[in-house]
Amino acid sequence: MENEANNRRRSIWAVLWDNDFLFPVVVVLASFVLGALLMLISGVNPLIAYRALFDASFGSSNSISETMVKACPLLLCGLGTIVAFRCKFWNIGAEGQIYAGGIMAALVGALPLHLPGLVHIPLMILAGAVGGALFAFIPTFLKVKLKINEVITTIMFNYIAIHLVGYLVHGPMKGKGFLPMSEKLPPECCLPRLIPATRFHLGIVIALVTAGVVYFLIWKTVLGYRIRTVGENLTAARLGGINPVSVVIWAGLISGGLAGIAGMVEVGGIQTRLVEGFSPGYGYLAVAVGLVGQLKPLGVVLAAILFGALLSGSNAMQSAVGVPFTIIYVIEGFMIMAISARFMKRRLK
Amino acid sequence: MNEYFTMIFFTGFLSGLVRIGTPILIVALGELISQRSGVINLGVEGIMLAGSFSGFYICYLCNDPWLGVIAAIITGGVLGFIMALLSVRFRANQIVAGIGIWIFCQGLVGFAFRRAFGIITLPPTVVGMTDLPIPLLSRIPLIGEAFFSQSVLVYFSWVMVPVVYLFLKYTSWGLKLRSVGEDPAVAEAAGVNYMLVRHLAVIFGGAMAGLGGAFLALNVLRFFTDDMIVGLGFMAVAVVFFSRWRPVWVLLGAFIFAAASALQFRLQAMNFPLNYHILLMFPYIATVLVLVLFVRGEEEPGALGTAYEKER
Repeated sequence: MENEANNRRRSIWAVLWDNDFLFPVVVVLASFVLGALLMLISGVNPLIAYRALFDASFGSSNSISETMVKACPLLLCGLGTIVAFRCKFWNIGAEGQIYAGGIMAALVGALPLHLPGLVHIPLMILAGAVGGALFAFIPTFLKVKLKINEVITTIMFNYIAIHLVGYLVHGPMKGKGFLPMSEKLPPECCLPRLIPATRFHLGIVIALVTAGVVYFLIWKTVLGYRIRTVGENLTAARLGGINPVSVVIWAGLISGGLAGIAGMVEVGGIQTRLVEGFSPGYGYLAVAVGLVGQLKPLGVVLAAILFGALLSGSNAMQSAVGVPFTIIYVIEGFMIMAISARFMKRRLK
Repeated sequence: MNEYFTMIFFTGFLSGLVRIGTPILIVALGELISQRSGVINLGVEGIMLAGSFSGFYICYLCNDPWLGVIAAIITGGVLGFIMALLSVRFRANQIVAGIGIWIFCQGLVGFAFRRAFGIITLPPTVVGMTDLPIPLLSRIPLIGEAFFSQSVLVYFSWVMVPVVYLFLKYTSWGLKLRSVGEDPAVAEAAGVNYMLVRHLAVIFGGAMAGLGGAFLALNVLRFFTDDMIVGLGFMAVAVVFFSRWRPVWVLLGAFIFAAASALQFRLQAMNFPLNYHILLMFPYIATVLVLVLFVRGEEEPGALGTAYEKER
């Protein structure tokens, strides 16, 4: 009798543990409970705080579009994260790759080409992708050729990129004004706003389309198959005639390129110029976006919207009830830790 | 160029070297023990921050730096225990778990810091620890002041180098630790409690990371901001890779890595005609370069980065 109850209880846990959809949902709920506990400890009513967060992220058409504006770079970087993580290349360098892409996009956008936006904007996207990919290439190369831990090098490259942007906007790329930022891009080089009176720009559509492309890449192409095989079973991949070196290099380039496009989207869609520190840690949040999304493009879309909402609502929450916005990093860190316990132990489907 | 390499530059550089090298050394020695048992703990960046905040805050409240140091060690140990729980007990992917710990600490410290001090323009400060000059040695010209007129924690970090070396090489617990890091299955067959050894090693690594953070807050900066670690924890992990898991090389590596930072600060202070942002990049570029020049993955502990599951 007791044994039977025990079995049933265990089976509930087993179901939760095994279900690719339920598990992240439970982790997300648990992390919100943790956030609520922190608020209670510091004397804030979590219901009021979460209400303020929700209103500021989904309460009106403007707040929904702000959520999507934040979700857009998270989605692009999150897609990059899953391409890399799928073959166990731990790219934590999305933050630096965003900046590298942003720099390249701003440079190309500032070229006096006198082209219509229809041509110039794709050029900027390409430049952003190339910038991010180049920035990811060095750590990838060092990983496959010299076995240097990519986590360390990609993080070092993040710091290098942040200071590089600082150098450029204070020095060679500084615009006419007093502030350390580059000259405003010409209007035809800015991503068009799609909904009037909001910042909902074309980049959001591009990001959603990219999610479809990455889905296709992972599941329907030879490269995607190779990436998955290298991540799941390196020995089997080698025996099957796959060269892991070139697979990891491709994954690194694609991963960096996607983050670079995120940089282009920020520069071309939101800032309309190169600004110091234009990313509020999108690249670091992307790790959680990819993991909460269970390394699946559709999951990443949902996770990116979740984190976009957290980002756009956290400032409102801070000013409404005085909960520091850093609470979203507590929530994020907790999610990553919880998911790590299950991560890659089961065959990824 | 000559004018920049005056005596003043040199002593300033050396004491900067010790101030930045010591926290890296302390954290790297802990990480070395952790990695020798088979666990890469990338959370040390966050644990350093948590250690420096708890150390700073306790010192701020009680006006006693030693209470702060104890608080930092306990904080680091608890976070190390969480890392051990995830990576050893639950066999989580160590890289992902470490990143989780790091971001969790960033968030928690940012939260606690803002709740404790509110919105402020200037960071809060403490008196911190006093230096303890060693008689005679501290009078040696040029290097005396930099190396022998320092905090007790600096001397502690130097003592820990031979202690860790001797522990790993000559004690039975050191042998157990290494065997678990090389091959947990063999170690377990020989009667080593694999679970316990790895837990203790990772907790020790966490406690050292907390201590390193406290050193930074109470000895070097004597103020607190929640973005003060800026990659030092990751540099400590890089130092362990550089050292090829040998304690004496950790000492060397910590000071090579610190030299890049100290040089950068010194040149900044001397108005060196090179852009300030380029100078700020210098330590990170140097870290990557050192890894490129010296690190090959071949000599790592056999089971590094892998979880071990008992066969049933």
